[in-house]
Amino acid sequence: MNKQLIYKRSKISHLLASFSLGVMGLLFLVQNSYAKLEIEILEGVSGAIPIAIVPLKWEATTPPPLTLPNTVVAADLYRSGLFNPLPAEDIIATPASGDEIRFAAWQALKNDYIVVGKISGDVVDGYEVSFELFDIHTQQRLLARVLPVKPGDLRYAAHRIADAVYERIIGVPGAFATRIAYITATGTGNNIEFQLMVADADGFSPQAIATSPEPLMSPAWSPDGNQVAYVSFEKGNSAIYIQNILTGSRQLISSFKGINGAPSFSPDGRRLAVSLSKSGNSEIYLHTLGSSDFTRLTNHWSIDTEPVWDSNGRYIYFTSDRAGRPQIYRIKVTGGSPERISWEGEYNARASISPRNNKIAMVQGSKNRYRIAIQDLENNRLIVVSNGILDESPSFAPNGSMILYASKENGKGVLSAVSVDGRVKQRLILSEGDVREPAWSPIIQ
Amino acid sequence: MNSITKLLLALMLVMGLTACKKDEIKDDTDSAVIVDDSTTQDVTTNAIDPRNHTDARNLDNPESLLSKRVIYFDYDQSTVRAEFRPVVEAHAAFVAANSSASVTLEGHADERGSREYNLALGERRGNSVSGLFSAQGVRGSQMSVVSYGEERPICRETSDSCWGSNRRVEIVYTAR
Repeated sequence: MNKQLIYKRSKISHLLASFSLGVMGLLFLVQNSYAKLEIEILEGVSGAIPIAIVPLKWEATTPPPLTLPNTVVAADLYRSGLFNPLPAEDIIATPASGDEIRFAAWQALKNDYIVVGKISGDVVDGYEVSFELFDIHTQQRLLARVLPVKPGDLRYAAHRIADAVYERIIGVPGAFATRIAYITATGTGNNIEFQLMVADADGFSPQAIATSPEPLMSPAWSPDGNQVAYVSFEKGNSAIYIQNILTGSRQLISSFKGINGAPSFSPDGRRLAVSLSKSGNSEIYLHTLGSSDFTRLTNHWSIDTEPVWDSNGRYIYFTSDRAGRPQIYRIKVTGGSPERISWEGEYNARASISPRNNKIAMVQGSKNRYRIAIQDLENNRLIVVSNGILDESPSFAPNGSMILYASKENGKGVLSAVSVDGRVKQRLILSEGDVREPAWSPIIQ
Repeated sequence: MNSITKLLLALMLVMGLTACKKDEIKDDTDSAVIVDDSTTQDVTTNAIDPRNHTDARNLDNPESLLSKRVIYFDYDQSTVRAEFRPVVEAHAAFVAANSSASVTLEGHADERGSREYNLALGERRGNSVSGLFSAQGVRGSQMSVVSYGEERPICRETSDSCWGSNRRVEIVYTAR
């Protein structure tokens, strides 16, 4: 059992009412050479689904890793705010398959679901992880899967199990086996260092994929999850690069006079929407990757920036102050007149579109408060889902369930996440420096 | 008016004048000290006129507007405020008169709102200054605008005064 993982199951149902106590919910500590990320559940949902994640029976011929997959599965499900996993010390038996489950006992522990399974193989050739999900009340088997796992990929396998369980019970795919990209800034003055980081969605295994004494900005994922586009000032002015996160190779995409900013991949991965000011002021351009073609999409003296594609590749949503203050607009990818989307509030910027294209998250500013608002595009209803002062850079989870964003607490940049209904909140804190501009990866196949 | 009133008025007038005179004398003394500090007596006659905005020596003369290199802006605005016009005009005069001089106008924004919008806002501030430079005859080849958005703050606190010091254009001489 990983001692760094602390459950307080009894707290969960009270979290909604006790925001300030919520920090006690779950604490993860991740240590490596780059960063320490702590995940804290700030606010959960009352009535989270009780589930028992039984330790998977270790039948492998080499010793198990420090953190067992069942721990990771439980932490993922807990983090979603929708599940309430049974604390490890309350797991009274370790059935490895359905016929070993004594359902009455688990029902007595007030569980609705149970996950059991086993792991065979070894650390050299890899493992085979098999697991089953049961409804404890009906004793019905809801899932049975076998996952081949490469050595070193047990955490990833655990995220896949959590995804499958989440999808079977909640009805939408999980987004646990995904990654996040973000920017960190450490140091001050001339000793400041910027890093583009990529980590697992639970904050584990952070890796710097680019480091620079000059600002790094605006990471954006390719739809296959293999590449990240970003802005770097290493040449003195902004320039856009695309970097393969597996090989580290990278390519300069744009370094025109003026701003080269806000890259966004098209859903088919063939084009990049960017904001360039080579004409004199910021305009949205579409660039076909592998070509030298930059086609101008907007034409206005105002600021036009932060383009993002809808998932059909039909519209580009962007920020423009053509009406005086920044607001969200959209324009057909084929061109035409932009249509204003955001109407409520004096400042709306930096849209992120839900995977189903039915919601946009954006930074909504009013006086000295900047918070994350979600606008339902079907009925135009708007809800504010964050409560910071300087919240920014919202990014939808690839399953649309949560939004990751950057906020500032005690002068320090931290990452936060909130469910789209605003009810489940969590915070990821990097121990040193500022963390900012999170971007949630697509679901990696 | 009786004679007493006249006397009082005259007295007040004299006192007032004396007061003014005192201030002037004080000013003179101050500048005299500066002259005394310099190495040769000749400097007095060759003294830099801080209002001569084509003289490169004024770039480092704290008495001259040319020594001021930072223009501050209002929230979400890019118009050069009236109080900063003389500074912009002084630099424009210098660069226009010195064809070998060149500047980078670095635009910045405060931390509020989105980063890419702030990048564009910083550029718009830089463009606003470069527009005034152009109007005074500065050639395009002598100036460039770079925006750092909110990425290079001077001050890192979350306060109005801090934000005010970050909303700026820095005039950086790349050649004099």
